[in-house]
Amino acid sequence: MSKYVVKRVLLMIPTILGAGILVFLMMRLLPGDICLIRIAGDGMGVSDEALARCRAEFGLDKPLWAQFIDFAVGYATFDFGKSMWTTNPITHEIGLRFQLSLQIAIMGTITAVAIALPLGVISAIRQNTWMDYVVRTFAIAGIAIPSFWLGIMIILGMLILTQIWFGSPWMLPVEYRPIWEDPLHNLSQTIWPALATGYRYSAVITRMTRSAMLEVLREDYIRTARAKGLMEKVIRTRHALKNAMLPVVTLIGIEFAFLIGGLVVTEQVFNLNGLGQLFVDAVNAHDYTLVQALVMLVVAVFVVTNLVVDLVYAWFDPRIHYS
Amino acid sequence: MTIARKRYALALGAGAVALAVVGGSALADMPKRGGVLNFVVGSKIPTYDGHRESTFGMIHPIRPFYSLLIRVNPENPQSTTDYQCDLCEGALPSATNDGKTYTFSVRKDVKFHDGTPLTAHDIKATFDKIIFPPEGVISSRKPQFSMVESIEAPDDHTVVFNLRYPSGAFIPAIAAPFNFVFAKKDLEREDPEGQDPLYGMKWHQTNINGTGAFRFVQHQPGAFVEGARYDGYHHDGKPYLDGFKAISAPKTAVRINAIRGDRAAIEFRGFAPKQRDDLVAALGDRITVQESDWNCQLLISINHKKPPFDDVRVRQALMHAVDRWSASDSLSKIAIVKTVAGIVFPSHGLAIDDATLKTYAGFWPDIDKARAEAKRLLKEAGAENLTFDLHNRTVDMPYRILGTWLIGEWKKIGVNVTQAGVATSEWYATHRAGTHDLGIDANCQSVINPVADVGKYTSRSGNPANYSHYEDPALDEMHDRLLRSGDPAEQAEIMRAFEKRVLNDEAHYGMTLWWNKINPHRSYVKGWKIAPSHYLNQHLDQVWIDKG
Repeated sequence: MSKYVVKRVLLMIPTILGAGILVFLMMRLLPGDICLIRIAGDGMGVSDEALARCRAEFGLDKPLWAQFIDFAVGYATFDFGKSMWTTNPITHEIGLRFQLSLQIAIMGTITAVAIALPLGVISAIRQNTWMDYVVRTFAIAGIAIPSFWLGIMIILGMLILTQIWFGSPWMLPVEYRPIWEDPLHNLSQTIWPALATGYRYSAVITRMTRSAMLEVLREDYIRTARAKGLMEKVIRTRHALKNAMLPVVTLIGIEFAFLIGGLVVTEQVFNLNGLGQLFVDAVNAHDYTLVQALVMLVVAVFVVTNLVVDLVYAWFDPRIHYS
Repeated sequence: MTIARKRYALALGAGAVALAVVGGSALADMPKRGGVLNFVVGSKIPTYDGHRESTFGMIHPIRPFYSLLIRVNPENPQSTTDYQCDLCEGALPSATNDGKTYTFSVRKDVKFHDGTPLTAHDIKATFDKIIFPPEGVISSRKPQFSMVESIEAPDDHTVVFNLRYPSGAFIPAIAAPFNFVFAKKDLEREDPEGQDPLYGMKWHQTNINGTGAFRFVQHQPGAFVEGARYDGYHHDGKPYLDGFKAISAPKTAVRINAIRGDRAAIEFRGFAPKQRDDLVAALGDRITVQESDWNCQLLISINHKKPPFDDVRVRQALMHAVDRWSASDSLSKIAIVKTVAGIVFPSHGLAIDDATLKTYAGFWPDIDKARAEAKRLLKEAGAENLTFDLHNRTVDMPYRILGTWLIGEWKKIGVNVTQAGVATSEWYATHRAGTHDLGIDANCQSVINPVADVGKYTSRSGNPANYSHYEDPALDEMHDRLLRSGDPAEQAEIMRAFEKRVLNDEAHYGMTLWWNKINPHRSYVKGWKIAPSHYLNQHLDQVWIDKG
């Protein structure tokens, strides 16, 4: 097992590097650069001298191959460089956002799993009853409604309803404070995006749990278990659900990784200072170093999540062995 | 003054919004001390170095930590000529030596937030960095100081600017809100690792040590900046606030909702008319609205390198087709634009009068006559079925709205135009490369300094911000005379000739409408007066909170 893990970790290196090279080239294909955006501001004149100095400072005046060597050497020595926009170290820029994105991802995942697993199981067990129809409607609505739209509705709903009820509109906090500094403030800001994303996420998992359970419940070994006189509760949890979890776990893993780096619009709606928002800012500003680091971080998150999911498979299905 | 401080009162039920001017009695309220001002900022901070950056995303959260040598009078920010000493003392100095020398007396009671006393040497070091930056240091506003020959600090409390020639553009350039005064010792800091010889020059990119009304508390990147009252501030009794928090909120809807839900009290850049009306409708008299002409305008850059736009008749025809006077009324209801004017900020002494303006191409009051003239000119130039792309930013307010409006206007003379929207960086790159046909260009400045600002219209060879890509030595000569003239009457005369050539005779550039700044804010925010630029009056030392 440990040999397998080491092998997978080593395989991460070319994957992340490949993504880095791709984004390095793609960013430089875009017209314009960070210096134009920085110096021109809202429409001020751009002095050629200031532009040239700015480009020299960031090494943008060097040929592409020389820029690539700088980039490759930096990453090989674990020097991720500085953000071109803020001149702060990349690790500093990403660190704070990562903790927020991770928190939202964890809260969203907990919300989703807590809703989806019971609903998916109930829907499968009570197939084609009114309960199944309700759950399916809930799930289809969750898939159809974008989480950012739900977020907008939550915010507007709160503003309007609180004004009607209390005479003064209430808005969730718009600036982030870490949970260990101010838990109440933190949760009153993060719980809403976690619910908005968790609902969509839960809808997908509910559908998957339902179909996987339906498939497993028709297996011969379930019939055998019933013939042996096992209690229905034991059959459902120990024999059916556990075996139905493999595709569900895969889905949870993919969605979790997506939540960390992909909540671009939802983060904007709730003014969350997360990785998705940072990504947008970095791309808009042509902050090459930051975009490169973020892409590689997101790739790393996906690769690690996939590895964890693969390892969890072995726990759910003892027939799976890694060597 | 074209601006009034206004309060919108909502007639609920009737659904009508009534505008009422806030009377002098409100302004006479005595300031109260205490409270923290939360405000939202629609852009992120690049670095903290004002000399290098150009965005309000830096000015709004960072300006309160710094002072300037002189500043726009915070009690009269609508004036285009009212400056006062900030770090200097007494009245603003008059030029001596035939208008070529300005001598400032530096205050003796100012200390940086780290306790270092301010001297004239700090001022000199600051402006040396801005005007004569060493190799490797970026100074975005260096070109505005082309008239400065040298700076001296003969003693600890006197700083002297020696000019090459007398210039009316000097004082406004000095008052620009980006000219944060840094401590000389900070600018001369040495790299602890001994690697970067420009370490001190770059120190302020990531560190703050100013003499402003507030001292730096913390910055959570991408989230907020926090400041606390600086008790050693040099303007007596100020600031009134205990502190401020500048919350980053890139999405307009978030900023509006933050004010509506009282998570923030104000946003200093400005909102669209609809957003103002929504806030007023939701909060009634808990919202106060201030409006002002805005020192920003969108221009029509006409690429002279591309036929048939090298033909003045075609350029004039395109200008004649556009009905700016009626658009002022209709567009101002949906976009942040309003005033019809020439190339000089509407209320400035050098601005054109309406009667003269109405004789220029594109400003004729009889639009039918103007469009008939446009068609005649196109026919004469052999460009009757003209088709082209309008290069624009993918930003709705007001870029795409104005682009859509222009396309509709040109269609009325049989010209077919496609709006080509691109991201900001590509927009700049294309404009600079000159590969566009026509484009929506922007000219957005801080301190109103027409003599310098109209440099935008000089020849491309000496002016990289000329996105119409033309050469016009006659204009360059006029602008040179304008820069060197210290006589207001002479300046006005040169400006009229300059403007007529740009807009009418050569139709090098087209004007749209001047922007209209709309700042709805919580009514408990007092003391802040809207300025004609979102860069100005952001030191916050005069702001106070009155929550009853």
